[in-house]
Amino acid sequence: MPGLPGLRASDQDLDTRFANDLHSQGPNPDGLIEILNRSQAIVGYLVPTHLRQIARHLHLPDSRVWGTASFYHLFHFDPPPQHSCLICTGTACFVQGAGPLLKQLQRDGVAQRLKQKGIELGTVRCIGTCGGAPLAVIDGEVCNHQNTQTVLENLAGLKNIAELAL
Amino acid sequence: MGEKEPMGLRLCTAAGCRNFGSEALRIALNGAISLSGLNRKITVKGVGCLGPCGEAPVVAIDGATPRLYGALQPCPAEHLAEGLAAAAAANDLESWSPPGSRAIDLNHPFFRLQRRWVLKNCGQIDPESIEEARQAGAYQQLAQVLQHGTPQAVVAAVSRSGLRGRGGAGYPTGIKWTAVASQPAGEKLVVCNADEGDPGAFMNRTVMEGDPHRLLEGMAIAAYAVGASRGFIYVRAEYPLAITRLRHAIGQAEQEGWLGALVQGRDFSFKLELRIGAGAYVCGEETALIHSIEGKRGVPRPRPPYPAERGVFGLPTLINNVETFANVPVLLALGTDAYAGGTKVFSLTGQVRRCGVVEVPLGRSLRSIVETMGDGAPEGHSIKAVLTGGPSGGCVPAAKLDTPVDYDSLKALGTIMGSGGMVVLDDSTNLVEIATFFMDFSREESCGKCVPCRAGTVQLHGLLQKILDRRAGPGDLAQLESLCQMVRDSSLCGLGQSAPKPVLSTLRHFPGDYQALLMPEACP
Repeated sequence: MPGLPGLRASDQDLDTRFANDLHSQGPNPDGLIEILNRSQAIVGYLVPTHLRQIARHLHLPDSRVWGTASFYHLFHFDPPPQHSCLICTGTACFVQGAGPLLKQLQRDGVAQRLKQKGIELGTVRCIGTCGGAPLAVIDGEVCNHQNTQTVLENLAGLKNIAELAL
Repeated sequence: MGEKEPMGLRLCTAAGCRNFGSEALRIALNGAISLSGLNRKITVKGVGCLGPCGEAPVVAIDGATPRLYGALQPCPAEHLAEGLAAAAAANDLESWSPPGSRAIDLNHPFFRLQRRWVLKNCGQIDPESIEEARQAGAYQQLAQVLQHGTPQAVVAAVSRSGLRGRGGAGYPTGIKWTAVASQPAGEKLVVCNADEGDPGAFMNRTVMEGDPHRLLEGMAIAAYAVGASRGFIYVRAEYPLAITRLRHAIGQAEQEGWLGALVQGRDFSFKLELRIGAGAYVCGEETALIHSIEGKRGVPRPRPPYPAERGVFGLPTLINNVETFANVPVLLALGTDAYAGGTKVFSLTGQVRRCGVVEVPLGRSLRSIVETMGDGAPEGHSIKAVLTGGPSGGCVPAAKLDTPVDYDSLKALGTIMGSGGMVVLDDSTNLVEIATFFMDFSREESCGKCVPCRAGTVQLHGLLQKILDRRAGPGDLAQLESLCQMVRDSSLCGLGQSAPKPVLSTLRHFPGDYQALLMPEACP
């Protein structure tokens, strides 16, 4: 498919797994979001060539598939970062200090250092376990009652991450 | 001498406690019981939410005196086994408690003042076992209506009960059901809105993770009553455990013939599917949710036509919230008089000493919930306000804490009951910051379809930020208020119409917080 970036050759098996999964699904257009969720679960993000295959499989115009995928927050069009650190910005976390916590981590020096280590800083809207507020989700693991120091300590504990200072 | 009943440990393995390591603890406890050879004296099971989420992880111990412990510490099986073996040798398992844990007083009003109807089985049964659910009464009401009832009688019972939508707006459930039931015969659908998007709210998660069969039963009864043969549960993707448990429960219910074709051999079929969201707050709005179930962008559309006439795939569709469906078996079992409007589940969080999930009768005063049950603000602080209804609601100031918590009293105060998220704010909070926080949320979540919401929330957020930055004058405050009214009156859907509510509500009850932030030179 000219002009559309695909996966690297080493990720060919992901391509195959995606295609197998897609064809195991019926061609119901109302299953589009389900299929997008599954594709992202397999590959880690939505690949342009895959979106095109999905459109063809469901007999939908590309615009409908892209339009739907880009509407929802949880769909990504770029490969996931090596590590992710999401600060919850739900109401309970906010009133318990998630705002200043996020600001501290977003400060120039800190954010840059995180980026250099392959850690992407982001936010998540309430995961519904507010007993642990303020909380962070680091590589999918929930860390409760966080402050700047504990977030950095938790990040430093990740594989291949050396010490992180404020 | 007869064998004594084994001591039962019920460990909360719902998402809140799970994030504090309760699943690892369950494995360790099971290991410890085998190691110490106490298999016949102690049993452990994972259950849904026990209530005091601020004390996670929590375990309940059944025995001569029921006990509850929180703040359980991670502990290797060997170490747990030593403690258990020692207690068993002294014939004193009743005084054993998990090492490092804190005893929680079960006589505290937090527990005593609850009326657990919807959450009756939550924390009691293993949510993955349909046998336990059935023994606790699940599917009895469905069996009853299929055997002895008629669809009309069920709709009439729901109407009479006075049940109102638990998702936020409080629309009378009976009227909604009647509208769908009176559509011409043909394919109809039942949809459960489980897109619990209000930040700080987790009541629906609690029900789905702790007692999924109650929701399935409520939906099946609704389908029977309105004449639907298919249904969807639309769950937000942020609730992976709820999704797993629902999927598992649907499989079990199909196997036992409570869902699927010819339920219990009767002339009634109900096929239920899960639909997973992908992160969009607006999908909690019913017309947006319909589009999302159809696999489209979750944008709302004008009503009428209401979903009762034209819903998912253009078919007549009944849409209710998780807790509304979960109330149906309760009200049928109790009858209208005893049910008396029912209960409401709240998630109590924020600057409050006891945070967690509580279920209370409607009409209870807000003070009894946040002060008596929740123990009020942390040491050295007092309550300033309570937020209800999330980004679509407002605040109740401390002076109005005696307001009864029901749909109309809260509406009169300029807020809404909402889905049940209750966030307590203490005197260290500035309400302008809270209003700005909510407006930022609504701005980000606006789907962009209508101009008042798309552009209005941006302007409102800008004005609020200007006030916070102390760059605003009295003119800005007047503009803020009039813009709020414009967005409220002219937006297409509930998200836009209610986005200004937190601002209007805080302006009404805490004008001082705004005034104090105005530029000094701009004030006379």
